[in-house]
Amino acid sequence: MTWSWDVFFNVIPLIFKGLWITLGLTIACYAFAMVFGFFWVFMSRIPWKPVNWLFRWLAEFIRSTPPLVQLFFIYYAWPSIPVIGVALNPFAAAILGLGLHFSTYTSEVYRSGIESVEKGQWEAATALNLSTKQKWLHIILPQAIPPTIPMLGNYLIIMFKEVPLASTIGVVAMLHIANDYGAQYYKFVEPLTVVALFFLLLSYPSALLIRKLEKKYNRRFDKRTATL
Amino acid sequence: MGSIADISLVLLSGLKITLIVLILSIIFSTLIALIAGLSRVSNNWLVSGFTGFYVEIFRGTSLIVQLFWFSYALPGLFNIHLGSDVWVAVLAISLNYGAYMSEIVRGAIQSVPAGQTEASIALNFTGFQRMRYIILPQAIRMMLPEYGNYIIQILKATSLVSLIGLTDLLYYGNIYRSTHLSEAPTVYILILAVYFLLALPLILLTRKMEKVAKKGVVHG
Repeated sequence: MTWSWDVFFNVIPLIFKGLWITLGLTIACYAFAMVFGFFWVFMSRIPWKPVNWLFRWLAEFIRSTPPLVQLFFIYYAWPSIPVIGVALNPFAAAILGLGLHFSTYTSEVYRSGIESVEKGQWEAATALNLSTKQKWLHIILPQAIPPTIPMLGNYLIIMFKEVPLASTIGVVAMLHIANDYGAQYYKFVEPLTVVALFFLLLSYPSALLIRKLEKKYNRRFDKRTATL
Repeated sequence: MGSIADISLVLLSGLKITLIVLILSIIFSTLIALIAGLSRVSNNWLVSGFTGFYVEIFRGTSLIVQLFWFSYALPGLFNIHLGSDVWVAVLAISLNYGAYMSEIVRGAIQSVPAGQTEASIALNFTGFQRMRYIILPQAIRMMLPEYGNYIIQILKATSLVSLIGLTDLLYYGNIYRSTHLSEAPTVYILILAVYFLLALPLILLTRKMEKVAKKGVVHG
């Protein structure tokens, strides 16, 4: 088997079509992870130890076991569980599986952001007689979330690179198209190289952007501590 | 309850491959990370430039894509036969995580205050002595917590090897599921439980290392 430039250029438009699906799936999974991340934060703040403990370990369990197995569980096993079982299409299963997996990461990011808000801010909010809702919406979250934006951006890039896992349950995105092409013409290396190039072309500039953001937020943070 | 025992027995036969890939990948990715991390802080722009290129390529593309790419390109394009697909998997995982982990090495080395380097130059240490006795002992404790996190990532990544045909935990799980469809939930919950049991000591060790890394260090 030798490298063929003809095949290489022929598969570019084919795989480009899959790029949109990969991107769409990335955004859908990430939106799920962003929203569901707050669920873990909320659960870990319930002032009752057993519930607290249960959800902390549940998140730890989801975080430290392979997302691929979780995808298989949701796609193959969940439908056969009585009562709560639902058969999902590959796309929905991927959003649920990868979204849930990454929500355990975003929740850690949120938590670190919330913990970085100074104690005085909580005390001041209480002293000003703000309601819980006001305290969170107007005092804590506006300070907790912006410094975590670079970290959240990093997870977006990581998620983009995990999305091809969905091809194992039949989501027809870049990797799936490449493997199908390979199986049909017995040319695997060229389409896979194209897939790799598309990943690189998108994730490398995004990573540079995140690094720039990181510097910006660090500088702002430095300035703030310097004036204290 | 009989089926749980049956499934566990089936899964047990795949545990060996999972553990072999895990241990070899940890060893090789650690070596690659150390070499690449040190190369990136090298004064030789050719060495640091080339390493930077390697790191960005492997971090910028997806591990699952790399795994497929290696399993087809090595024998097909380069005519390299590693003897077993275990080595293809170890190569892909190690190169990928070696690239990620080299960034921890680099970050930790660069975060050792410049005064330490200056002091060791003033004391007439050679470049090697400076690294070995001054910089690395301080840098390594900073690397440990993140290193632990990456080991857990590697453990998770070993589940991908079934996709290139290795007979690991997930492979046997999938085989069992295909013949016992109604037992799919038990199969996958058991697989997840095995991975979690493997991850648990790593999680606890990482937490311990986080404490060690903070101990006795004055921040600011």
